Amino acid sequence: MSALQAVALLVVVVGGTAMVLVPDPLRQTLVLSVYGLALTLLFFVFQAPDVALSELVVGTVGMPVIILAALRKIAKHAAMREQEEQGDGE
Amino acid sequence: MSRRVRLLLFACAGPGLLAVLLIGLHGLPAFGDFHGVYGLLVDHVEPGQRHATDVVTALNFDLRAFDTLGEEFILFASVSGVALLLRHLRDEDEDLESSRSVADHRFAGASDALRVLSLVLIPLLVSLGVYLALHGALTPGGGFQAGVVLAAGPLAILLAGRYLALKRVAPQWMLEAADATGAAAYALIGVGGLIFASVYLKNFLPLGTSGHLLSAGMMPLNSIAVGLEVTGAFLLTWTEFLDQDLLVAREEL
Repeated sequence: MSALQAVALLVVVVGGTAMVLVPDPLRQTLVLSVYGLALTLLFFVFQAPDVALSELVVGTVGMPVIILAALRKIAKHAAMREQEEQGDGE
Repeated sequence: MSRRVRLLLFACAGPGLLAVLLIGLHGLPAFGDFHGVYGLLVDHVEPGQRHATDVVTALNFDLRAFDTLGEEFILFASVSGVALLLRHLRDEDEDLESSRSVADHRFAGASDALRVLSLVLIPLLVSLGVYLALHGALTPGGGFQAGVVLAAGPLAILLAGRYLALKRVAPQWMLEAADATGAAAYALIGVGGLIFASVYLKNFLPLGTSGHLLSAGMMPLNSIAVGLEVTGAFLLTWTEFLDQDLLVAREEL
């Protein structure tokens, strides 16, 4: 195993752990995006450039965009429900 | 189950799992040790008999083209599911015109630098995607990679804070048509094999000179078909999810 491969593996291990440990879903999504970049690097140094290309778009852009849209919707719903509950209380 | 019981359970199960994992890891072959007879065979057969220089694409679009057909329809079915599920929640009479000013305002958080960057990104991504689709049989890449890169091109418009421009560049009907046409084209190329080579998805086109753009038989065609489908599928999923934000904006009015 070359030094580059060892470093890439280490980055992925650290990135994966960091992603799990981030509590806020919004920040977690951004860490996921960076983690996707780390995985891309890993696939590339392990000589799988085609997998790296897929991961680059799907993991770094595709999934975070979907999660961000979902998070926004959830936040809106939570805010609306809170407003309704306050309205009932008065 | 109380916290203490759970911790106790973990204290028993954790070391057990670790021990089994270590035993398993100990028995693994050394790093870089490869004994795959099938892999060596494919490496030998595909460049020689199919004139493809990228063996991964050769495997996907020729040797195991039938598997790819299944994968393609998995993607097709799941995207149809997403579209169906999210469309149900949307208002029946969705007209973008009335919510345009609100929505444009909501998505317009991009700085000038970001807009210029995305303007540069769009042509680069689109040309890389086209390159990947056309050179599937020659260089690393192929249909799926081409599709995701091509789909990321229009998504850069979103980065510039112009979501409704993205909807104009890639309207829903066009994405649905691309998704369906790609999937149908792949299945029909297979029928071509059935007619001209009497086996479904068997190569029936001339193989050409190895390394040329038009070589490796039906692989370039399959690559383009899959690229078209994946582009449509990804953009459709993204716009369906992002449309949900427009819906939220409308509910506020």
